[in-house]
Amino acid sequence: MNNPQLDTDGNLRHLLSIEGLPKRILNQILDTAESFVGVAEREVKKVPLLRGKTVCNLFFENSTRTRTTFEIAAKRLSADVISLNVGTSSQSKGETILDTVDNLIAMHADMFVVRHSQSGAAHLIAKHVPPHIHVINAGDGRHSHPTQGLLDVFTIRKYKPELHNLRIAIVGDVLHSRVARSEIHALTTLGVPEVRVIAPKTLLPAQVEKLGVHVFHDMEAGLKDVDVVMMLRLQNERMSGAMLPSSQEYFKTYGLTQEKLKLAKPDAIVMHPGPMNRGVEIDSNVADGKQSVILPQVTYGIAIRMAVMALLAGGLPAHQQSAGSNIVEAAGGTL
Amino acid sequence: MKIHIKNGRVIDPKNNIDDKLDVFIAAGKIVALGKSPEGFIANQTIDANNLIICPGLVDLSARLREPGDEYKARLLSELQAAVAGGVTSLACPPDTDPVLDEPGLVEMLKHRTKQQGLAHVYPLGALTMQLQGKALSEMNELHAAGCVGFSQANVAITDTQVLWRAMEYAATFGFTLFLHAEEPFLAANGVAHDGEVATRLGLKGIPSAAEALALGTILRIAQETGAKVHISRLSTAEGVSMIRASKKQGLKITCDVSANHLHLTEHDIGYFDANCHLKPPLRTQRDKDALSAGLKDGTIDAICSDHTPVDDDAKLAPFAEAEIGATGLELLLPLTLKWATQEKVSLLQAVGRITQMSAQILDIPAGNLSQNSNADLCIFDANEYWKISPATLKSQGKNTPFNGLELAGKVKLTLVHGQVVYQG
Repeated sequence: MNNPQLDTDGNLRHLLSIEGLPKRILNQILDTAESFVGVAEREVKKVPLLRGKTVCNLFFENSTRTRTTFEIAAKRLSADVISLNVGTSSQSKGETILDTVDNLIAMHADMFVVRHSQSGAAHLIAKHVPPHIHVINAGDGRHSHPTQGLLDVFTIRKYKPELHNLRIAIVGDVLHSRVARSEIHALTTLGVPEVRVIAPKTLLPAQVEKLGVHVFHDMEAGLKDVDVVMMLRLQNERMSGAMLPSSQEYFKTYGLTQEKLKLAKPDAIVMHPGPMNRGVEIDSNVADGKQSVILPQVTYGIAIRMAVMALLAGGLPAHQQSAGSNIVEAAGGTL
Repeated sequence: MKIHIKNGRVIDPKNNIDDKLDVFIAAGKIVALGKSPEGFIANQTIDANNLIICPGLVDLSARLREPGDEYKARLLSELQAAVAGGVTSLACPPDTDPVLDEPGLVEMLKHRTKQQGLAHVYPLGALTMQLQGKALSEMNELHAAGCVGFSQANVAITDTQVLWRAMEYAATFGFTLFLHAEEPFLAANGVAHDGEVATRLGLKGIPSAAEALALGTILRIAQETGAKVHISRLSTAEGVSMIRASKKQGLKITCDVSANHLHLTEHDIGYFDANCHLKPPLRTQRDKDALSAGLKDGTIDAICSDHTPVDDDAKLAPFAEAEIGATGLELLLPLTLKWATQEKVSLLQAVGRITQMSAQILDIPAGNLSQNSNADLCIFDANEYWKISPATLKSQGKNTPFNGLELAGKVKLTLVHGQVVYQG
């Protein structure tokens, strides 16, 4: 069973999940992203790393934010971008995922950015494509959303550079969350000593502690002295029924309010992968408050996605890949 | 036609024979083991030097996919796979399309399989019409048409009143019920064991409790109604304990484990290997160990292949959407031998789990080499390794978690009614 994400030299071939990636690769992506943060602040927001390459956004499940940030990232790298909402086209006509992929390969796509409602979809595509094509998982079922996990640790690193000193709480629907799984793997791999999950038992998967997290059901206890609070989105369909009685009760017990946030360290930051349900998992005061870094997360998301694409298909030899922060200069700076 | 098989090691669990003996066959029947009957002149002599001769294997669960799912497999391909695996008798579950709830369908299936002259096929009739768990099927009619028992395949009866009546009715006539124990609400949409691996991979889990709860209901009703119940494909340690306790109480209950569950755990799913999408789900190492121990001490009576051929395309989908099942007829013998070697179980006992015991559960004339019994034989080399691959499998379904593995136990010759039907 070879690691499907790495090539035989140990370089990144696909980005499918954080789990299974060594610390070295995670740091390489984060360091590379640092150099891309500046690109957005220039007048000409482009580097020619992916010039002539075709990036195909293949979204079997709807998304606005993630798709848009991938699109912007690819365009800033000078790639040609095609975005397909497959959920509304061929799939509804009965075409299989791999048939759709084969058709796009025939159109000479170089990279696939894939989102699908089923766990393992990106792995399936990665196993299927020829060696020169790269696959980035933009979210598969409940399994993984690696660029989100990476942009979250990137954001944390920006505000709290000493990862090995942090206590971080992830709050909410861990059971259905690919974001939570990616965050947990990223944080534990990068050496964060204490990652907590806070949720009612109905929203935690079996044996979640085996992922290396401390489990709390009481939000007050869980937030005590944490440096980072990462809120998760609670989807509408979970809010009533057998998972939870109501959104009001959820907000009372697990919603993040200014008052509860006081239990965390005074300089704690608040994060949310979006889209937010104000008044359900997070109070507006907190979301828009001075401890919130929710909008910077979005900004950094573009840099992370640029970094991943550049490392996968930027055509840089491995020794330059590891140079990370010089990637923009190595590619000849701006256009 | 008279056949003399010489120099082989005969293993016949029913008669407790494990010895170097010659086998004499005439008119499709075993006429003698050991000494040649007086005046026996063979038309054909088979040299089984270094080979093992055992009763043809009896498989408690093999899907042939006809009628209805011919693109997944055909009767001919799967019956060829059966004899290539040394299986000479098999029971097939009723979840075909249409469902086996009509005597006419059963008669047709019996007739068509008989025409092939390969393995004997013993259909399990649907316990309820359309497997819907509402109305009982015509069990007596189906029995007359050739059904040896009644099953719900993978479909649960959610209404316990119906389950109770079904058991009462079947018990009236002494029919055996083949039931898979899984509580359908807890298992709904689940695709893997509800544990560490499902959590990591983000797959919806099926808790072990789903088996225990269903088993509790079935055992309790069996006790009340006196029905003969066979539990198909046990998967959890708790299930094994419950069966052990019920047997101690004297309940008429038997059960089997699939060869897959004897060797694999949730961890074999690896990176979403769709070949490991099975029913019941692959569970933990602890469960696997308990299944093995239960098989060893007789709590679990038999091993089945749970042969479920799936076409390649149906497996080329994300794990949860990939169709359930794995091919198994040709792996039943090597996986049983592998278990025996690993657990230091005698060949006599291990072979008994796929011959005598399964024949006894189905109540069919097979699975032994007694004098005058049908000359259904499997002759194999226990030490020859062969590689499992799409090219080496006769079944139309090439999907198995064991693909690429080398296993010991190669079938050399299969006889049905004294006719050589497979030569490997």
